[in-house]
Amino acid sequence: MPKDHGIGASSKRREDKRFLTGKGRYTDDINLPGQAHAWFVRSQVAHGRLTGVDTSAAEAMPGVLRVFTGADFEGVGGLPCGWLVTDRFGQPMQEPGHPVLARGKVRHVGDPVAVVVAETAEQARDAAEAVEVEIDELPAVLDMKAALDPDAPLVHDELKNNLCYDWGFVEENRAAVNAAFETAAHVTTLDLVNQRLVPNAMEPRVALGDFNPATEDSTLYTTSQNPHVIRLLMGAFVLGIPEHKLRVVAPDVGGGFGSKIFHYAEEAFCTFAAKQLRRPVKWTCTRSEAFISDAHGRDHVTRIELALDAEGRFQALRTETHANMGAYLSTFAPSIPTWLHGTLMAGNYKTPLIYVNVKAVFTNTVPVDAYRGAGRPEATFQLERVIDKAAREMGIDPVELRRRNFITEFPYATPVAVEYDTGDYNATLDKLLEIADVAGFEARLADSKSRGMLRGLGLNCYIEACGIAPSQLVGQLGARAGLYESATVRVNATGGLVVMTGSHSHGQGHETTFAQVVADMIGIGEDMVEIVHGDTANTPMGMGTYGSRSLAVGGSAMVRATNKIIAKAKKIAAHLMEAAPEDIELKDGKFSVAGTDKSVAWGDVTLAAYVPHNYPLEELEPGLEETAFYDPNNFTYPAGAYACEVEVDPETGKVTVCSFAAADDFGNIVNPMIVSGQVHGGIAQGIGQALLEAASYDDYGQLLSGSYMDYAMPRADDVPFYRVDHSCATPCTHNPLGVKGCGEAGAIGSPPAVVNAVVDALQRAGHTGVTHIDMPLTPARVWAAMQG
Amino acid sequence: MYAFEIDRPTTLDAAVTALGQEEAQALGGGQTLIPALKQRLASPARLVSLTGIDDLKGICVADDGALCIGAATSHATVAAEAAATYPALADLAAHIGDPAVRNRGTIGGSLANNDPSACYPAAVLASRAMIRTNTREIAADDYFEGMFATALEEGEIITEVRFPLPEQAAYVKFAQPASRFALVGVFVARFADGVRVAVTGASEDGVFRWTEAEAALSDDFRPEAVAGLSVDPEGMIGDLHGSPDYRAHLIRVLTGRAVAAAAA
Ligand SMILES: Cc1cc2nc3c(=O)[nH]c(=O)nc-3n(C[C@H](O)[C@H](O)[C@H](O)COP(=O)(O)OP(=O)(O)OC[C@H]3O[C@@H](n4cnc5c(N)ncnc54)[C@H](O)[C@@H]3O)c2cc1C
Repeated sequence: MPKDHGIGASSKRREDKRFLTGKGRYTDDINLPGQAHAWFVRSQVAHGRLTGVDTSAAEAMPGVLRVFTGADFEGVGGLPCGWLVTDRFGQPMQEPGHPVLARGKVRHVGDPVAVVVAETAEQARDAAEAVEVEIDELPAVLDMKAALDPDAPLVHDELKNNLCYDWGFVEENRAAVNAAFETAAHVTTLDLVNQRLVPNAMEPRVALGDFNPATEDSTLYTTSQNPHVIRLLMGAFVLGIPEHKLRVVAPDVGGGFGSKIFHYAEEAFCTFAAKQLRRPVKWTCTRSEAFISDAHGRDHVTRIELALDAEGRFQALRTETHANMGAYLSTFAPSIPTWLHGTLMAGNYKTPLIYVNVKAVFTNTVPVDAYRGAGRPEATFQLERVIDKAAREMGIDPVELRRRNFITEFPYATPVAVEYDTGDYNATLDKLLEIADVAGFEARLADSKSRGMLRGLGLNCYIEACGIAPSQLVGQLGARAGLYESATVRVNATGGLVVMTGSHSHGQGHETTFAQVVADMIGIGEDMVEIVHGDTANTPMGMGTYGSRSLAVGGSAMVRATNKIIAKAKKIAAHLMEAAPEDIELKDGKFSVAGTDKSVAWGDVTLAAYVPHNYPLEELEPGLEETAFYDPNNFTYPAGAYACEVEVDPETGKVTVCSFAAADDFGNIVNPMIVSGQVHGGIAQGIGQALLEAASYDDYGQLLSGSYMDYAMPRADDVPFYRVDHSCATPCTHNPLGVKGCGEAGAIGSPPAVVNAVVDALQRAGHTGVTHIDMPLTPARVWAAMQG
Repeated sequence: MYAFEIDRPTTLDAAVTALGQEEAQALGGGQTLIPALKQRLASPARLVSLTGIDDLKGICVADDGALCIGAATSHATVAAEAAATYPALADLAAHIGDPAVRNRGTIGGSLANNDPSACYPAAVLASRAMIRTNTREIAADDYFEGMFATALEEGEIITEVRFPLPEQAAYVKFAQPASRFALVGVFVARFADGVRVAVTGASEDGVFRWTEAEAALSDDFRPEAVAGLSVDPEGMIGDLHGSPDYRAHLIRVLTGRAVAAAAA
C-alpha cells in the first residue's frame, strides 16, 4: 500500500501551485525603488590585448549614470577559485587571476570589458554600443592538445604555460598499473570526447545589488543555488564586506544544473556598483548572453584503456584526459575532472589497479565547471563505453562481462580512495532486465527490420558519489570550503513549524520533501511544516544545493534539529503529565506515558513552551527552536543500471530513442514521485548530450552553437516514455534517513546507454568497423560512421 | 530592439504609401523580423504591418483551378484550409515551427525572406506557383535569386501566391535538430506534363530544382527512378549539422521518399 503522507508518500509538490499559476517570485520579479540597469559590454573576440576602452561617447548618452571599466576595480579582489588541486609532482595548480572586468587582455568571447549603468535597460544597451573597445587581436588558443605545445600563445601571460595542472591518481599506483597492462591477456583502448555543453537553465541569470547608506548594509538578490557560498566568496574575497553587512537572497530559482553554483562577475559588479552609485543596480542576462557567460560543462578528451584477463576479469584501468578549464578558473572548476571524476573510475567493478591522469588546460573559451553530474558523467561514460567495447572484442555478453566484475561485498574500498558503504549491483541489473523487457528484444528487432530500420540495445551501470561532502576529507583534497549543511527548526506556539535550511531548492521540490520528513518524525500533517530557504538573513550558514546533497546532508541536519526538538518536547510533556521523560512516547502528534492512558497533544506542549505557566523553568528554557549542523562522514553512493533501445534510419542516420529504462538504488525514498521526476529530467539531459547538444567553437573562438537555432536542446518528442524503478534500495549506512540522493543519476547513467545502443544497432547491421561515435550522435555523424 | 514607428494600414494602397516613407519595412507575422530586431540586427525606422489588410488574407480556388493564398495568410490557416485542395502544401505548413510561429508567420513573409532552409520556397518552386505583388506577377522560376535574395524590388509587396494544383505531390522535410528548419527539404509535384522537384536547405544558392531527377521521374514516377542518381556535393551547405556530402546524399533519399509519399 503506498503511503498517503509522510516519508514514502508521493505528496504533490506544494511549490508547483505558485510556479504554475505565475506566482513564483524570481530574482527578475524583484524591482527596487530607484533601481538602475546594467548592460555588459563583452569581448567579441576570443583573445586579444585590451589597448583602450573609450567610454566618453557612452557617458554622454541619455540616461547613463556611469560607465565602469576594469580600471574601476583596481584594489578590488578577483573572483576566487574554491578548490586548489595539487599536481602529480606535489606542486599547486597554476591559478591565474580572474578580474571582475577584463584588464590588460580579453580571454574569451563574452569576457566582460565594461558595464554601462543607466536609468533603463534599453538606455544602458544603447550606450553600451557607443563604448569603444580597442583590442589587438591575438591568436586564439582552442584545441587543448595544441594549447600545451611549447610555442602555443599564452592565455595568461603570467603563467608558465597553458597547463593548469597535470594530476595523477593514484600516483603511487602508476607503475603497477603499467606493469599490469604489459601482462594482460587483452587490452581494450578507446579514444573519446565528452563534449562541451551549455547548461541552459530555463531562467537566465539575474543579479540585483542594493546598498543602504544609512546602515551600510549591502544586499544582493541573485539566481544562485547557494546564497551563503556567494556571500562568503564575494564578501570575503572580492568586495571585502563582512558577512554581517552583506545579505544574499536567492529566491525562486528556475533551474541551475550546476551553472548557478558559481560566483560570477555580474553578482560582484551589481553589489559594487550599487554602493558606488547609491542606487540599486540590476542586470538581467539575455539568452544569447547566457551562452557566452554561464559556465559550461564537460569538455573532456580522453583515452581509456582496460586490461582484462582471458576470462574477462578486469586487471587494470588507465585513463588520460585533457580537461578544458576555459579562460579562467570558475569557482569549483579544478575539482570536477579530478576529485569528482578520478575517484569514480572504479565504477561498479572490482578493478584492482587504476591510474587516472588529467591535464587541465586553459583555452580562450568560456570557463567550464560543474554541470549536472559534474565529473561523474565523464567517468561513467568512458568506463561503460570501454566495457562494451571490450565485451564485443572478447565475444562476451556485455551484461555477463559486467556481472563478472561486479563488486558484491560491502563496504568496499576502491583503489581510487573511496569506500562504498552499500549496494547491490546485481539486484538493480536484474530489475533493469525485467523492466526493459530485454527478453523481448529479438521480437522488437525483427519488427524494426521489417520496417527497414536498424535496432540496437545498449545498457550500462553507473555509480556516483553524492551527499557532498565530508569536510575534513575534501579539505585534505584541496577544497577551500566545508561541505556540511544546516537547519533550524522553529516551532510556533500553536504547533506549526518553520524549518530554515541552508539547502536551496531550484526545482527539486524541497519544500515538499523536507516537510514530509519533519511531519513524519513528529506525526503531524505536512501542512503544519513550512520550509524556508534562500536568504542568508533568515537561514543558518549552509552550503547550498548541488551534488545530490540536499536530502542526504541538508536532510540529515534537519533530522538532527528535529530530534533535538522532540527531546525537549518530551521533557515538557513529561512535566505536564508528571511523568519521567524516559517514559514519554511520541506517536501521531501525541505524547503519552508508556503503559498508561495519559496523553497530551503536540499543540499542548508547544503552547506550554511559549506560555510557560506550568513549565519546568528551573531545568528548561522556554521556547522550542533548535539548530543543527551535519557533516557527513562519507559520500553516498547511488548506483544502478540503465537500458536504452534505439532505431537508426540506415539511409539518413537519424536515431530515435524507442525506450529507456532505469533501475536505480537511491537508498530510502521520501517522495517516489519527486524521485521519478528527477530521474526523468536527468535522462532527458543525458539523451540531450548523447544525441543533440554541443557547444562548438570555430577556429577563431566564436561559439557556433550560440543560440537555439544551432544548439539543440532535447524536446518532448526527442525522448520516450521512461520506465523507472527505485525499488532495489540498499539504505545508506551513515546518514539518519538512509538516503543517497537522486538529482544527478539520470544525467550520469544515460549517455552511455544511448551510445552503446547506437553502436549495437550499427554492429548488428554489419557495420563492424564502427566501435564508437563521438557525441552528439547527430544524423550526420551516424551516417558518416556508416559510410566507414 | 531600437525604437521604431509602426503603421497598421487596412488597405493595400495605404500600405504601399506607407512603405514609400524613409527606412520603412513591411512586417508580416514578425516571426523572422522581430527576432532580428530584438537582436538589433536590423533597425528600420518604421514598420508597416500587413496583417490588418483583409485583402491580403485568405485562401480560395480561382477559376483556372489554381489555389490562391493571400500573402498575409498564416501558416496555420494554410494548414487547415488547404488540406482538402492541396494536402501536400497544407502538410508543409503544418510542420513549420511551432504553434505560435504557425499562428503568426505568413506565406508572404516566408517568401520575401527566402531563408535557404525555409519550407515554402520548395513548394512554390516545385508547384510552378506565381507570385503576385502590388506591381506585377513573378513566375517561381524567376523569383528566387539565392540565399535571402529574391526578385522583389525595394518596397514591393507580395499580395498573393497562386499554386497550380499538381496531380500528385509531397514534401519531405529532414529537420535540422536544433532549429527544425529544413536541413534538407524536398518537394515533388507531378503535373500532367511532367514532374518538378525543388530542394531547400541544401544549397549555398538557396532553393533549386533538381532537374536530373525531374527528367527521370517524368518518365517513371517511382522512388526507384532516382535511386541511381546522385547530387554533386559541390555548392552544398556544410555546417555543424551536416557536410555537403551528407546534404547531397539526403537530397536523393528524401526525393525518393517524397515520390513514395506522393504516390501513396
Ligand atoms: C521558432 C521558429 C521556427 C521556424 N521554423 C520554420 C520552419 O520549420 N520552416 C520555415 O519555412 N520557416 C520557419 N520559421 C520561419 C517562419 O516561417 C516565418 O514566419 C517566416 O519565415 C517569415 O514570415 P513572417 O510572416 O513572420 O515575416 P516577417 O518576419 O514579418 O518578415 C520577414 C521578411 O519579409 C518581409 N515581408 C513580410 N511580408 C511581406 C510581404 N507580404 N511582401 C514583401 N515583404 C514582406 C519583411 O519585411 C521581412 O523582411 C520559423 C520561425 C521561428 C521563429
